[in-house]
Amino acid sequence: MSTHSYEEAKKVVFKGMILLGIVTLIEVFIALLGNGHLISGFELPKLIMYPLMIGLSLYKAYFIVYEFMHMRYEVKGLAMSVLLPTLLLVWAIIAFFQEGGSWGERRQQIKDYDTEQAEGVESMNHDADTKVLEGSH
Amino acid sequence: MATDTVIDHNVDSNQDAWSGGTQPFKASYGKLMMWYFLLSDAFTFAGFLIAYGALRFSMPTWPVPDFVFSTFPGGITGAPLIFVTVMTFVLILSSVTMVRAVQEGHRENKNGVVLWMLLTVIGGLAFLGCQAWEWTNLIAEEHMSVTTNPFGTHTESGVYLTDSHGHAYEAGAEKETFEAGDGYLIHKHEGDWVFREFQTAGGTVGQQEFGPKQFGALFFFITGFHGFHVFSGVMFLLIILINVAGGVYVKRKNGYEMVEKIGLYWHFVDLVWVFVFLVFYLL
Repeated sequence: MSTHSYEEAKKVVFKGMILLGIVTLIEVFIALLGNGHLISGFELPKLIMYPLMIGLSLYKAYFIVYEFMHMRYEVKGLAMSVLLPTLLLVWAIIAFFQEGGSWGERRQQIKDYDTEQAEGVESMNHDADTKVLEGSH
Repeated sequence: MATDTVIDHNVDSNQDAWSGGTQPFKASYGKLMMWYFLLSDAFTFAGFLIAYGALRFSMPTWPVPDFVFSTFPGGITGAPLIFVTVMTFVLILSSVTMVRAVQEGHRENKNGVVLWMLLTVIGGLAFLGCQAWEWTNLIAEEHMSVTTNPFGTHTESGVYLTDSHGHAYEAGAEKETFEAGDGYLIHKHEGDWVFREFQTAGGTVGQQEFGPKQFGALFFFITGFHGFHVFSGVMFLLIILINVAGGVYVKRKNGYEMVEKIGLYWHFVDLVWVFVFLVFYLL
């Protein structure tokens, strides 16, 4: 239940629409600028671009949950029982991204090992060929 | 002893709570459970998106989103992220109309609820239509599938030796160049893949290779799962819309709480899209 009047509530919705639209446009603008589509030869460092876009997305999520889904007007216990469990995801992100990086390293190791083996077999064949040639002399 | 404690407990403080009838969170059972369902659904989506991140981190290259998603209906190419921005606006608009429907419900204004819910349904269908076009384009035009990903990435800058049909450039023809980090799409010519040959600045001759195949599977699975949520949302909206129009909720006199509950679900679909948009298209 909202605490303000009907007319005020209508205004909040309209403002929310404009706000979400503008934040989305800023995100796309950053993405295009960052990847060098807007100014040729200029690319935004990923270290600036990524945190900006993640921050803006989290702001959009906050706005949708608190205004559109009316979490602001619910009892604190309800809000906390829904929102706090999502903090578990922080660890999930850290753990799985770490794991993903490790998979990448293993893939590279296997690839390096395979090339090494292939090269080893090639040079062995080469040795064998020379020996046969030497023998025929 | 134990019995005494229980009796004291009942008499002293919590008799009202134990006999039921009060709402500690001042929300009805249905609304509270909708929140908890959405929480569990958020974990499902988070699981998928984290899997995307982990697999992306495990690959040396990954398709460049502003290259992959650069087509627009009407044969327009080279419009990075524009179509998906339109899709995002459609979903935001349908979320806004949903908030209006809930507000009209609180005022017990039946016709208002019907109008704004109808607009929300149209928004949802428009989003699904956009997604259908996006998928059709990726599958039929660009030949991406769950197991094959024709979107690759150059790791070094260089120059192409063969043209888009796989033939060597004619003498004197201007050769196409590329930079490290540029994306490329392997085309099909008369049913066969054409892997263009190139020479890098370092002098190595190589040919185009498929990109990481996880990309196609993750894209179709995650956007498909979200699209399925939108589709079921539209179905539920239609059912409740029919009930509203039939006057079912007038008799309940609870400010059209059913509209509020489906509204929560619909906003959640928009909320998930914020993150799908971030992960697949922006990062």
